Amino acid sequence: MPILRVQNMSHDFGGLRAVQNYDLEIEMGQIRGLIGPNGAGKTTIFNLLTGIYTPTEGEILLDGKRINGLPAHQIASMGISRTFQNLLLWRHMTVLEHVKLATYSRIRYGLFGAFFGTTKRHKEEAEIERKAYTLLEMMGIRHLSDQVVLNLPYGAQRRVEMARALATEPRILLLDEPTAGMNQEELGQIMEIIRRVHDEFGLAILLIEHRLKVVMELCERIQTLNFGEVIAEGTPDKIQNDPKVIDAYLGKESVI
Amino acid sequence: MAIKVRTSRNLWASYSRVPLLGWFCGALIAVTLERFAGTPIALALGLPKIPVLFGLDIMLKKPILVPNAILYVFFVYGLPMGVTTRSSISLTNRLASRLIRFPIAITVAVHLALLYTTLHLWAGISDYRSLVLKLTLIAVMLTLSLNVINGYMGEFSCSHPGFMALGAYCASVFTVGLFVDDRFFGAVFLPPALGPFLFPIALILGGFLASFGALFVAIPSFRTRGDYLAIISLAFLFIVKSLIENLEFVRGPRGLSGQPDWADLPTVFLWTVLCVWSINNFVRSTIGKALNAVRDNEMAASAMTVDTRRTKIVAFLFAAFWAGVAGGLFAHVLRYVNPSTFGIQNLAEVLAMVYFGGLNSVYGSIVGAVSISLLGEALRPLEIFKWIIIPLLLILVMIFRPTGLIAFKDLDVTSLLRPKQNHGGEV
Repeated sequence: MPILRVQNMSHDFGGLRAVQNYDLEIEMGQIRGLIGPNGAGKTTIFNLLTGIYTPTEGEILLDGKRINGLPAHQIASMGISRTFQNLLLWRHMTVLEHVKLATYSRIRYGLFGAFFGTTKRHKEEAEIERKAYTLLEMMGIRHLSDQVVLNLPYGAQRRVEMARALATEPRILLLDEPTAGMNQEELGQIMEIIRRVHDEFGLAILLIEHRLKVVMELCERIQTLNFGEVIAEGTPDKIQNDPKVIDAYLGKESVI
Repeated sequence: MAIKVRTSRNLWASYSRVPLLGWFCGALIAVTLERFAGTPIALALGLPKIPVLFGLDIMLKKPILVPNAILYVFFVYGLPMGVTTRSSISLTNRLASRLIRFPIAITVAVHLALLYTTLHLWAGISDYRSLVLKLTLIAVMLTLSLNVINGYMGEFSCSHPGFMALGAYCASVFTVGLFVDDRFFGAVFLPPALGPFLFPIALILGGFLASFGALFVAIPSFRTRGDYLAIISLAFLFIVKSLIENLEFVRGPRGLSGQPDWADLPTVFLWTVLCVWSINNFVRSTIGKALNAVRDNEMAASAMTVDTRRTKIVAFLFAAFWAGVAGGLFAHVLRYVNPSTFGIQNLAEVLAMVYFGGLNSVYGSIVGAVSISLLGEALRPLEIFKWIIIPLLLILVMIFRPTGLIAFKDLDVTSLLRPKQNHGGEV
């Protein structure tokens, strides 16, 4: 049974249909790609899946349970986590605080513990911190844990975002252009990290990516989106040679 | 010349090794000296009496006495503190390193006891000093609680004097109604001997009433971000003020007086410590850090499982609670409240303290509240010019340090109390 099933999802911005009859089925452990030219509606789909927007039509089922219409923080604590295309980090907070905060929904010491610093709180905070350090270690940024994110180089910021997304203990991870703005060397590192995350946590990953090389290497199946509609779906090989995909990216031959 | 520079640098460097315990001991010695030898020193220096606020009042009233007042401050505070802290560095460091091994509560209690004794001796010189000190401590509570909203949460709230008024009136009605023979509230209801024990309940009730009032601001304005909170909270301030002005049972604009004298220095000090402690606990917990996340990027916060609306409402009510408690103390320190106290000017003062001291920082709030309220008192002889100098200072701070003097700094009690020099085999 697929962990996430999206059926016939559409979304309108006023009179503009940004996503049209989108379907998706993703199982634990799968890596799926989502490609398409700028403005095709890829990020909108992420925003719909994570509850930032509510779909106009259609259904999103997580474990067979309908989640559209739930607030974003609830969906996140149910196991859908994401990174953002343009790095939405909290600029005055340290790296460690970023990762710790992503465990917010599982904190049990409550307001009483927060106000009066009970022993329960200290124990729980220490546990959260230990887990956070493990994730930072995995991302290779443990030595930066006390730094405020504002001062970090771009590649490190990407890793902070990834660590933060993983700290929510997701089952499905949505990565929105994780390699944007990276050079060749950083690209290799981030792909390595994605693979490791996938192997270690056994997550389902949905990946938006512009660099075809990354998608082709990582993903089992790829969907191509244009003007909000899926125009092609299949294995990397099939997608690469699909004339519709080539049209969407490069334009029709007759135009040239 | 080079040697001179180096020795002065060494001198400063040695002071950086003085632990907090050393500074507290030095201050205690200085105020003890003032207590027992202050008057003779003042007379010998040609001053009429002990200068109340570090000589500033005397300097402004009689500029001819400026050198005398400076000498007094030097001989009574500067010299004893400078000499004792410097000469006892190794002793105080050893004491501090021994003290830090105890549970943190005991270490903190020792430091607070030292601080309180110092303040008590300092305030014991005159009633005026004691009043200024109590009002300063109340200002610390107000500033810190406003910083939770304006600094940590990054919203702009204007209703703090309103919360203060709610707390002040609620606590006053409680104490005057139950313990004082009053024309409006009737005879004494409970024996006044019980009073000091029930006083905390009065304050807490005041705090809860303020939180309850805050709910009416929070629910509509936290649906979205933006300037709504500023406008709604300003409206709330005026609603509270005109409500009290029109309530005959608290005597409307004439104000309510006759509060029993229960807000003495230890009580105010204890409540201030409680306030600083709980707010610092809150903002350093992961639940409290959610405030910073909501401020810096709300969308990312909710995508990382943070319930943003609940976070904002909780913090707002918590801040209002402490403003209410501070209001209750304020009413019992002055033993008189009237609604016009809680107006725009009060708001401006609290906001000035928050932004002067520094956003998102407990240190900043303490520094801001203490410096602005002491400055306000010390510059009182200048009358109207006071309101030119303080805003000018604020403008200068905004130009050179836009987020305030000490912004974005965590108050970590353990590292604050730690010895500054190692002893024996310890690393």
